Amino acid sequence: MPQIERTAATQADFKRELTEVIPHLRAFARGLCGRPDLADDLVQEAMLKAWAARDRFEPGTSMRAWIFVILRNAYLTDMRRNKFHGDYDEIVAERILTAPAGQEEPLHLSDMHRALQTLPPERREALLLVGAGGFSYQEAAQICGCAVGTIKSRVGRARATITEMLEEDSIPARSSSDSVAHTAILEELDIISNRQSNHN
Amino acid sequence: MAKQGKDTVPSKKKGESRPSPKEARDPDWANGLRQLYDSVVDEPLPDSFKDLLDKLDDESKST
Repeated sequence: MPQIERTAATQADFKRELTEVIPHLRAFARGLCGRPDLADDLVQEAMLKAWAARDRFEPGTSMRAWIFVILRNAYLTDMRRNKFHGDYDEIVAERILTAPAGQEEPLHLSDMHRALQTLPPERREALLLVGAGGFSYQEAAQICGCAVGTIKSRVGRARATITEMLEEDSIPARSSSDSVAHTAILEELDIISNRQSNHN
Repeated sequence: MAKQGKDTVPSKKKGESRPSPKEARDPDWANGLRQLYDSVVDEPLPDSFKDLLDKLDDESKST
């Protein structure tokens, strides 16, 4: 492996690129594990690992793809340690506020979130990468370390399952008895409304 | 007649006019999924991330 001399400039470039991909890491991580707090922990873990391995990053290649692999590995390791309990979490806002106005039957983003979290992890990540992250099947296959055909099949199955769930209205219901979740929803609504008023 | 029947698509049951989910390349909810993802991308970055980025600099100075 050729040793590239790391100048202060390349290190600054690395950090700048790392900073730029944080929002995407957060979105990917939240889609993977479902919980905002655990997702952010995961992102920070991935950032530290990426920083420690920065000499292995080839400048000019996709930082987002590179660090998604790191984040994914961290997620899988944590999953094996049972940090995530494998099922979706109830802590999600009624994101109807962010649904486009004028849509006849607005798709609640919370429904979308729950539908996503019911998918098996490998289908969920495939759909996230291709359907939300905008990666090609090829790129997604590289990130997941599997064949392009496998990714295509996973995305196809994930799409079919979600379509079925949404059409048949068979998304698992949230447990309304959970007061913790309820409080969290209210807090998130506060955050959303604060953000909206900040934009005005 | 019987030969023709072999190649025709099996008659659909009532109410099955929609294409099978597998064929739907870009389902209705596709935009909802991107919105869900983008809603996180667009969130303001929590301070903990800025703190972490600052810490990285310190770390590389000391090494």
